[in-house]
Formats: sequence, C-alpha cells, structure tokens
Amino acid sequence: MGQAEFHFLLVGLKWTVILSAAGFAFGGVAGLFVALARTSGFPALERTMAAYIAFFQGTPLLMQLFVVYYGLALIGIRLEAWVSVSIGLTLHASAYLGEIWRGSIEAVPSGQREAAEALSLRYVARMKDVILPQALRISLPATIGFLVQLIKGTSLAAIVGFTELTRAGNIISNQIFEPLTVFGVVGVLYFVICCPLSIIGAQMEKKFAASGR
Amino acid sequence: MRAPEPASAEPIIVMEHVEKWYGTFKALYDINLAVLKGERIVLCGPSGSGKSTLIRCINHLETYEKGEIRVDGVLLGNRTVAIDAVRREVGMVFQQFNLFPHMTILQNCTLAPMRSLGLKKAAAEDRARRLLDRVKVLEQAEKYPAQLSGGQQQRVAIARALCMQPKVMLFDEPTSALDPEMVKEVLDTMIGLAEDGMTMICVTHEMGFARQVADRVIFMAGGAIVEEAPPQEFFTAPSHERTKKFLGEILP
Repeated sequence: MGQAEFHFLLVGLKWTVILSAAGFAFGGVAGLFVALARTSGFPALERTMAAYIAFFQGTPLLMQLFVVYYGLALIGIRLEAWVSVSIGLTLHASAYLGEIWRGSIEAVPSGQREAAEALSLRYVARMKDVILPQALRISLPATIGFLVQLIKGTSLAAIVGFTELTRAGNIISNQIFEPLTVFGVVGVLYFVICCPLSIIGAQMEKKFAASGR
Repeated sequence: MRAPEPASAEPIIVMEHVEKWYGTFKALYDINLAVLKGERIVLCGPSGSGKSTLIRCINHLETYEKGEIRVDGVLLGNRTVAIDAVRREVGMVFQQFNLFPHMTILQNCTLAPMRSLGLKKAAAEDRARRLLDRVKVLEQAEKYPAQLSGGQQQRVAIARALCMQPKVMLFDEPTSALDPEMVKEVLDTMIGLAEDGMTMICVTHEMGFARQVADRVIFMAGGAIVEEAPPQEFFTAPSHERTKKFLGEILP
C-alpha cells in the first residue's frame, strides 16, 4: 500500500470524524431535549418521546440512514449524502443519548431536586445548575460508550454511497488486492480515534469522583 | 434560656383543615395550625405520624388535597407564582443535608440568592461568608461537601437556607442522620437562631432542644395533631394516652 492509498484512507477518516462529530453534537442537543421531555412530568410529552426512543432503538441504524436518504429524496428533498447521513445520525444519537440522560437525571437523588425547590430555584436554574451537572457525571461512561459506538456506526454511511473510512478501505482493497493490510490499517485508524476517548472518559470520571461526593 | 422578645400576635403561617392522601392512605387529618412570628415550634411523634409531611406542605414539596395554607399572607395554591413567593420566605433544612455535591460550600450558599433574588455575585458571597462565619464553617468555604463532616455539612445547609433571608425556617429531623458527637454542634446553631428571634418549626426527637427553646410542642400521631402545649406542660402533664405512651418510650 503506497502513500496515495494511505492518503485516500485519511480522507475517509476525516469524513468519519466529521460525521461522528456532527451526529454527536446535534444529537447531543436534541438528546438533551428528549431527556428533558422524558422527565417533564407531562404524560403526553413523556409518552411521545418514549415512542420516539423506542422507534430509533428498535430499528437498525442502517435502515434509518437508508430511510432518511431515500425517503427525503422521495418527497422531493434532495440532500447531499453527508447532510442526509448527518441527519440520520443525529436522530439516532438523540434517541440513544436522550434515553441515557433520562436515566441519569432520574438517578440524581430526589433530595437534590427538593433542596433546589426549597431554595425557590425555578426549573431552568434547577436543571442547569443542580440536576444536569450531576446527571452528566452519572452518564459519562454510557455517553462515551455511545460516542464510540456512533463513530463505528458511521461506517454504515457507505450504504448511501458515502466514502468514509470503511468504504475508502473497501475501494483501496479492491484496487490493490491487499485486504488484510488495508483493513488492518483501517482498524488501527478507528482504534486511534476511539481508544483515547475511552481513556479521556475514564480520566474525567476519576476527576469528578475526586471533587464530587 | 428563652429569647427576650416574645412571639408577636401575628400569625405568619396559617394551616386550615389541611388534609392529604397518598392514594387511599390518608396522611394528614384536618390539620389546623397557626404559627406566630418569632414562635418556635417543635413537632414530634412516632415515625409515620405525618410530621415531615406536614412541614413539607408548607413549602409545597408535598401537595395537599384539602384545606388552605397561608404563609405571610400568601395563599399557597397550585400557582407557580405563589409557590415561588412562599419558598423565598421559607428556608428548609433536611435530614440528609442535601448539599449540592458538585459545588463548593460557598457556591452552595450563593446559588439561590443569585438565581432567585437576583443578587450580584459579590453581594451573594459577602452574605454567604457572613452566614458561614455565623455557623462556624467559614474556613471550609472553598471545600466540597464531601470533604466536611456531617455536622459541618448540616451547619452549611442551615447557612445556605439563611442566605435567602427567610422569615421562617423548617427543620426536618436535622440531627437524625448525624453521628452522636455532632448532634450538639447543630443543635447549638439552631438554638442560636431561635435566640435571634427566627420563626422555626422543627421536626425532631431532641426533647432537650424542645424543652430549651420551644414555645409550643405539638404531638402528632396517625396523621393528626393529638396534643399541643408549652414544653413545661407537655413533658410534665401530657393529657392524652398516646402522648404519655410516646413520652414514656423516648424519654430516659
């Protein structure tokens, strides 16, 4: 495998990182609202969000990406592949992160909410200053775990013809007939992205544990 | 040992015919209670008698199905505005302290004054330091709750509530989760508060505290107020059988 081929893989890696970052960032914002809706105390809203989560957790990511790409095209919205994939990943991430964070919000001891209420803190301050910072700590292992899953999940973008890292590897492999080398390198590249995240996550957990309770 | 100034004749908390159910279980029966400004009330009774539920109704941590509660003239209904107004006037101290573990002691004390009263950071910190000094934990201001002993944490919780400059303080078994050697430091803080004229309702089993500072002791059982009397009378000449039985069990 020469330099040109390796460079081609790195371009694929760049798209993998962009897709992951977009999916996680937008999915995180949307997921926060999903989590808040799930814990809002309004039954209709909670049930709607539960259905939303059930749908995205109960169907394969591959199918979700497929439906967004071809489904939107069918109703006349033509998007570039990377935009369409980003939307799909965002929806997917919002459901999973929403559910992870719902659990974390509910895991914060009820005395914390009561103390905040007794101090006459309104909903926004109560959530922003008291509940969510604690929920974030609780959710950290699961959140990082999901992010790593999401990065590897971007390989499914190949289904709509998008050339991210895995598809780039496929193309190179078909050209130079060295699948073991090529996919070995592809695997290392994924590992180089994902492994540090796990380590950073573990360090953040430790730091929080020291300052926290 | 009483504070020199007597309780004024003006009620700051009025509960009328308050009743509460948890599903089919009736937790509070026809509660009628008027608390005067500056009055110190101790609520006691066996566990499950509704004492905590009663004081948690006053700042709407619990809802109630029947009756009316007024705090400083404000009718506590289901409107957020009224609930917020009441909560600004009513401080609460919990059995489990409930300090915010991710904030320093100082941040614990400045959060609500900044967010709810709109104080500037400097003013809120000034006030917090003054009150932390008063409960004798000022030197811990930059630490996190987990680094403090239970007694210190509870004193911080008292200071945190005082930072809102409440007119009434509610104490929900403030010493029950403490190691025995730390009970006194918290009680002393509460006695100091009482001597400064704070209106207080304390759910506690500390009968020494009741004797020393209470204007009235209220005994509850089965969700109802059974008996109320000044401490002298309450401890020496209780009139109800249940009160006698209860006192026989908890007094040495």
